[in-house]
Amino acid sequence: MRILTVIKQVPDSNAAIKVKGDGSGIETAGLKQVCDPFDEFGVELAIQLREKGNDVEEIVAICVGGDKAAEALRTALAMGADRAVHINDPKFQSMNELFIAYVMAEVVKKDEKGYGFVFCGKNNIDLDSGAVGPALAEYLDLPHVGAVTGLDLTNGGKSFVARRRVEGAEEVLEGETPALLTIEKGLVEPRYPSLPNLMKAKKKPVQVVTSAELPDIDASTAGTDFIEMSPPPPRPDCKFVEGEPEEMARELVRLLREEAKVV
Amino acid sequence: MQPIDPYDFYRVGDLLSDDERQVRDTVAKFVDERVLPNIAEHFEKDEFPREMIPEVAELGLLGCTIDGYDCAGLNYVSYGLMCQELERGDSGLRSFVSVQSSLVMFPIHEYGSEEQKNRWLPALAKGEAIGCFGLTEPDGGSDPGVMKTVAKRDGDDWIINGAKMWITNGCLSDVAVVWAETDEGKRGFLVERGMKGYTTREIKRKFSLRASVTSELFFDNVRVPDANRLPKAEGLAAPLSCLTQARFGIAWGVIGPAIACFNEVLDYSKVRVLFGSPLSHKQAIQMRLADMSRRITTAQLLVMQLGRMKDAGTMHHTQVSLAKWNNCRMAIDICRDARDMLGGSGITVEFSPIRHMLNLESVITYEGTETIHQLIVGGELTGVYAF
Repeated sequence: MRILTVIKQVPDSNAAIKVKGDGSGIETAGLKQVCDPFDEFGVELAIQLREKGNDVEEIVAICVGGDKAAEALRTALAMGADRAVHINDPKFQSMNELFIAYVMAEVVKKDEKGYGFVFCGKNNIDLDSGAVGPALAEYLDLPHVGAVTGLDLTNGGKSFVARRRVEGAEEVLEGETPALLTIEKGLVEPRYPSLPNLMKAKKKPVQVVTSAELPDIDASTAGTDFIEMSPPPPRPDCKFVEGEPEEMARELVRLLREEAKVV
Repeated sequence: MQPIDPYDFYRVGDLLSDDERQVRDTVAKFVDERVLPNIAEHFEKDEFPREMIPEVAELGLLGCTIDGYDCAGLNYVSYGLMCQELERGDSGLRSFVSVQSSLVMFPIHEYGSEEQKNRWLPALAKGEAIGCFGLTEPDGGSDPGVMKTVAKRDGDDWIINGAKMWITNGCLSDVAVVWAETDEGKRGFLVERGMKGYTTREIKRKFSLRASVTSELFFDNVRVPDANRLPKAEGLAAPLSCLTQARFGIAWGVIGPAIACFNEVLDYSKVRVLFGSPLSHKQAIQMRLADMSRRITTAQLLVMQLGRMKDAGTMHHTQVSLAKWNNCRMAIDICRDARDMLGGSGITVEFSPIRHMLNLESVITYEGTETIHQLIVGGELTGVYAF
């Protein structure tokens, strides 16, 4: 089978984020960006399925993003993906995740050989919407299991048993391939791309797709609009209540009742 | 306008290629996730994190500039960045990788026979074999021209007698690159663990590089076949070329602890309130922070140009001396100052400055002391070597 792993380049979790003045997104100049750690779970899972002796013919990493996103794809290639598809066009640079999924689906549909599995991170650490996976499954008309914490292939990879955590229990689902799974933390531990593999990754094929090959797509096809991004409001100053315990308790109750109006 | 990154004030990172940036970021992530959580404990317990060897090897850090023999074939700027990130973790771990790469794999690759390369390089790259480098002797390290360890021909073999001291990785090693005086001049030999008369002993009671193994090597009539002699190494120039490699890595590496300490003290100064306001609001503290930033930035620019010259094949060993001297001095001063600025907190390994500043006492001493590097530069300038 062939496995498609969805990649997004996101700001490093330690980076300081600044929203652009016009609310169209975040400042990316000088911002350290990485392959989303949840998406790395998908790449790692695909590689492990191959290493365990399953018949994994090809592992393809796909990403919608600008020139810099090639670095995230290279991480996936250095980890062990065989080739990459980089959908790179200013027309497709969007904060609208449904649109991103739609564009990706249009590219995947053109690949006639099809994929046994599509793996995505359960969510991305930047927008945290968890929308790309389910949306991509819809657009590709694939069954989808979200936040998978366990996976066994059955019937020679034609079907699978997936596990996911639900409130106080574990849900076990059976399904047939092709299917899209979004991967939860804990299923696999992503390997570090080794330095020799980082160098070898440069020689692996990367197919670049632009709007010239997808002329009929624009953001209106997505069904949702991205309006604006704004930074969270600054935190109001903290008020300290001082005095003897009885006085402090009395003052706290008064503040909760008269100022905060919560009791 | 792009905001200023306090740890890369002049955006030296913009001078890196995508490859170089990716090497740096990969090693940085490894250090953050795998080294930093445990390294203070290893330092405290005076033990080398041996379990890290397979991980470091798997990542391809050992001999990463060598092309072929299962190595990555990186350029020297990438090698420098790797040293910097590793040493941001701990100088002991960087020393392990430096010795294996620059002082063992480099001379075997540069001066060894094809048979020696095929036998040792892939095993050393995989971490299945560990190496050490024996040049310094108990009676002194700064003048390697006077060497008491001798090798005498005996048929097709050599008989080695003598001792080496302050040898990183010595007790861990499967193979030692040993330099000895012979009737034909100085020669290098691959002495293998298990050869009769060859023993190692760990140097204990160190208060520096505690997460690294430092050893003595003893040679008592050790019979070494001529096939273990490095055939292309003739004279002192060969071991000195290895030192140039190692010094290059150190000049980059020490930026790591400087940044680690600067980072910690910058954060601390913003939250530690003294006399009614955070330390970071005080002129005395700001001047010290600004000075740290100035010296780190200077060091970053210095090694960047050094690395570009090395990759272009135009680097002179005197330029490495200047960088090793400048950057070690920069790093040890910053780490000591950071320790002081942390006040009482600075004396525990809960914060990194005391560990880094103690480590740097070794780093400023080994591979040429500060004075030796000053005299190398002085000699270059005047044409008179005044050791």
